[in-house]
Amino acid sequence: MNITLRVWRQKSRDDEGRMVTYQVEDVSPDMSFLEMLDVLNEKLTLDGHEPVAFDHDCREGICGACGVVINGVAHGPETTTTCQLHMRSFKDGDVIDVEPWRAKAFPVIKDLVVDRGAFDRIIQAGGYISAPTGTAPDAHAMPVPKADADRAFDAATCIGCGACVAACPNASGMLFTAAKVTHLGMLPQGQPERAARVVKMVNQHDEEDFGGCTNIGECAAVCPKGIPLDTISQLNRDLLGSLASGNPK
Amino acid sequence: MALKAAMAVTGAILVLFLIAHMYGNLMIFGGPQTFDTYSAHLRELGEPMLPYEGFLWIMRVVLLASVLVHAYAAVTLWMRARRARPAGQRYHTKKSVQRSYASYTMRWGGVVVVLFVIYHILHLTTNDIAPGGASASPYERVVNGFQIWWVVLSYVIALAAVGFHLRHGIWSAVATLGGNRAGRQRSLNIIATGLSLVVTIGFLIPPFAVLLGLVK
Ligand code: HEM
Ligand code: SF4
Ligand code: FES
Repeated sequence: MNITLRVWRQKSRDDEGRMVTYQVEDVSPDMSFLEMLDVLNEKLTLDGHEPVAFDHDCREGICGACGVVINGVAHGPETTTTCQLHMRSFKDGDVIDVEPWRAKAFPVIKDLVVDRGAFDRIIQAGGYISAPTGTAPDAHAMPVPKADADRAFDAATCIGCGACVAACPNASGMLFTAAKVTHLGMLPQGQPERAARVVKMVNQHDEEDFGGCTNIGECAAVCPKGIPLDTISQLNRDLLGSLASGNPK
Repeated sequence: MALKAAMAVTGAILVLFLIAHMYGNLMIFGGPQTFDTYSAHLRELGEPMLPYEGFLWIMRVVLLASVLVHAYAAVTLWMRARRARPAGQRYHTKKSVQRSYASYTMRWGGVVVVLFVIYHILHLTTNDIAPGGASASPYERVVNGFQIWWVVLSYVIALAAVGFHLRHGIWSAVATLGGNRAGRQRSLNIIATGLSLVVTIGFLIPPFAVLLGLVK
């Protein structure tokens, strides 16, 4: 298939950036979206041009590095990561717009690559437990109800890709933050710091200049890991409880 | 975050007010006597514990405070959203995946609702705007006004805006206060739609009854 790409090119943080059109020929429907970009980059390199910078690592949908906005949708038309999106989701002759995540908290470093350090700082603010872990305890030493374990595990599948922020009309990072709060808050090990954690993480979230959540739901609709929208309500419940009990720091 | 909670609570106060107000309006079908007595009664409520119109003024202060807090929080969140995705960082192509029209119109819709509330108070409370003729009787004000098609039309537009605002607002308030669970999400949305429809239609029944000559 032949594809027309309109890709965001931006030399550096301070460069203004613009959309540039490229033709990519002989694309196989079995290629992943990133492989299609590889083909484009080989051609650009051979022609003596700068290749398009994009982030990627595992290429198997688990590291969260690869997100871009494709035709206006974070990670493109399938609910999966960009690396797991295949060209069979497009048609011969399609024009495809490729843009970086756009949020003040995620500044563009180059072309399609953004700095997602803001997420790391939210985790550093409270997304951990400080109990000494040692070796793995016996499985029956600390019983966890199955439903809680499942919910914690589902929330823990968040790969920190940032699609939720990219899709949100308010550029809010609440789904990511809620996934972490839910993951730790459902397990016994997460309890001692539970009340303080949610306050610290939400404060950090706000300090990073993410927008406020208005429960629109675009985040959960594009999340490649299916983090459910109700984790945000769980975060709100923890937060209101924590603030009501005297705002632990 | 405190902003969002304040928004949800003040929004809920306003919704409760709307339901009571709508119910009161339906008394128009009881005729002039019933409706005007109801209006007078609102002013006498709580007497002699409260002075004349005392209860009404408490309500007015609570409602005004709610609207101010609500609008302040809305504008602050609005500005934050603009800062979070500044002008130089807009998408060239952006598609919504599932977002509702109601969620899309919360901000400007809210502004429309406030403008309407001002117009509405000038019309039926102070009667400074009196299409069809002013009157000391609340019943007659309603009948005089809603015999005119464009007055009814203006209320239809405003109540559609209110309906959409409530559709997303009720759902959003419950989610903000921590009430959304995966298993409830669907029913919450259905309840929000249902309540919005009841309020919108309930408010529109009296104007149409007048326009169609059922209430004279
Ligand atoms: C200055 C005028 C107003 C503006 C700018 C405004 C804007 C907003 C915004 C942005 C939200 C949050 C929606 C979201 O979470 O996406 C909201 C919620 C809400 N609004 Fe308004 N609004 C206004 C007036 C009103 C009025 C007059 C009423 C009642 C008739 C009302 C009832 C509600 C309710 C019940 C909510 C739900 C609370 C929540 O979202 O947590 N609003 N409004
Ligand atoms: S919640 Fe989903 S969309 Fe957001 S960072 Fe985690 S995996 Fe990505
Ligand atoms: S490259 Fe790791 S998730 Fe796509």
